[in-house]
Amino acid sequence: MSRVSTFSAVLLVRTVLAWGVTLLLFFPLFWLLLTAFKTELQAISVPPLLIFAPTLENFSEVQERSDYLLYAKNSVITSVLSTVLGLMLAAPAAYSMAFFKSKHTKDILMWMLSTKMMPAVGALVPIYVLAQKAHLLDTQLALIIVFTLSNLPIMVWMLYSHFKDIPHEILEAARMDGATLWQEFRMVLLPLGMGGLASTGLLCLVLSWNEAFWSLNLTAAKGGTLATLIASYSSPEGLFWAKLSAASLLAIAPIVVFGWFSQKQLVQGLTFGAVK
Amino acid sequence: MSFLQLNNIEKFFGEHRAIKGVNLNIEPGEFIVFVGPSGCGKSTLLRLIAGLENIDGGDLTLDGRNITHLPSSKRDLAMVFQSYALYPHMSVYENMSFALKLDKEPEAVIKEKVERAANILNLTPYLQRTPKELSGGQRQRVAIGRAIVRAPKVFLFDEPLSNLDAALRGQTRVEIAKLHRELGATTIYVTHDQVEAMTLADRVVVLRDGQIEQVGTPLELYDRPANQFVAQFIGTPQMNVSSLQNLPAVVADQAPIDAKGGSLGLRPEDVSVHAGDSTGIQGRVELVEALGAETLIYVHTSEGAQLVSRQNERTTLHSGDTVGLSLDLKHAHWFDAQGRVVTQA
Repeated sequence: MSRVSTFSAVLLVRTVLAWGVTLLLFFPLFWLLLTAFKTELQAISVPPLLIFAPTLENFSEVQERSDYLLYAKNSVITSVLSTVLGLMLAAPAAYSMAFFKSKHTKDILMWMLSTKMMPAVGALVPIYVLAQKAHLLDTQLALIIVFTLSNLPIMVWMLYSHFKDIPHEILEAARMDGATLWQEFRMVLLPLGMGGLASTGLLCLVLSWNEAFWSLNLTAAKGGTLATLIASYSSPEGLFWAKLSAASLLAIAPIVVFGWFSQKQLVQGLTFGAVK
Repeated sequence: MSFLQLNNIEKFFGEHRAIKGVNLNIEPGEFIVFVGPSGCGKSTLLRLIAGLENIDGGDLTLDGRNITHLPSSKRDLAMVFQSYALYPHMSVYENMSFALKLDKEPEAVIKEKVERAANILNLTPYLQRTPKELSGGQRQRVAIGRAIVRAPKVFLFDEPLSNLDAALRGQTRVEIAKLHRELGATTIYVTHDQVEAMTLADRVVVLRDGQIEQVGTPLELYDRPANQFVAQFIGTPQMNVSSLQNLPAVVADQAPIDAKGGSLGLRPEDVSVHAGDSTGIQGRVELVEALGAETLIYVHTSEGAQLVSRQNERTTLHSGDTVGLSLDLKHAHWFDAQGRVVTQA
């Protein structure tokens, strides 16, 4: 009997803790949602308001002041194209590392990962200069290239880990059946690795969508993404919290909805290799 | 020229010489079994023939054609893998027709070939199922069917029965033997199980440390092993091999000159145990294994030799009983100090 009550107490504490942490993590998003529907005065009131009359004026002002659809379109194009391009480069790389290992394979993987350890600001000047010389500043292409290259190490690692789980005998069987390298890749590996490709693609889509540093530094009015839109509400006059919240909500809403529907695949991709 | 010829085949993994100058000739329609302990190179040799590993030295010819450096897809071989290696995202029909589709055969021809193979292997009711909906034995048959439809010049089997339970292993072994008789195809079969080797093979190739120890029919290897390793590898239980110094003088003195300092080998059926016999070689029973159709009696002799006796009758002997042993030296195998067989003059 006492073992049951101890178990129930532990379960209760764990549940309360889990809810507490979740609410803590969710609170900023919740406050953002509330603030987007307040007036500027209500947004800065002390004590903070939980009950108020909601308004849509911030959203209409965001749309009037800036071309939300242009920024949204840029976000969609740069995220999607950089993800597709990244997968096209990462999949063959991961295939060769997973199935044709050499003594340098691990070193190459570690080197690729090490490029993610450097802060992006360390590469800002050379990349800015390159973009300027190539007349790519304030273009979607600059962001597509940078997003692709910066996500490539993660894509290669994730796909390598997924592909390693595919038994190599299946590919050898395809070879014995007469498949060329491309046929082996297209007709056997890709269908079997579709789960890994999907979860890798989804994760990198989210990473590209949320990327702000390169968007702010390489683009402006024409090639800017939703990150640029949000940053434009931090003006010298101060922070317009309500409008900022409305702009932020408009920026994150598409990806949050998308992530909600694909959360199973996202979790699979994030926890690859953790449990065998 | 033989149908499949291996000439001085070499394979290195880094500095390690895995296959050491293997020479072998295989005739059309033969069922060849590669057998040996783990790490002897039998699977490596099979993979070299299949083209899944590169040959580092020597050459390989098939039906007069040098295929040493040809990719697997161009060698006209088919392989059945230990893990079946079926395509999990394809149905049984698609698995079996994959190679034919890659070869751009007409759909009607593919259908006819797949249905014929499925019929031979009793797979017709399962053609639309995927591998995960099949049992282990069914998957193995699909793997075999995938090889059959291609009508290759040589079938390669890499320990195909290892993943099956004992009952299914026996059953599938019989099916493979029947299939070989029906199709008459040249087959190379790798196994570590010498029972499979003895029952399936036209000829057995015994390998150790990347080299061929002996090639012969199953009974040749059983009756006339070339050395102590082959003698003890073939046959269950293992051949009794005792150093001459652990045998009574009356036995050791009968050894040929070249076997002095060596050992005597006797199959368990050539060692008889007699209860209450105080003449001849004396020993104490260590263990009795009653297997039903036969009985195995493990004896420790007074000179220090460990012998196993096989007899067809049941016994009342128990551990600790004192027994007399008689050795049928007409079937003795004498080995020199290096384990090479020495023939009695």
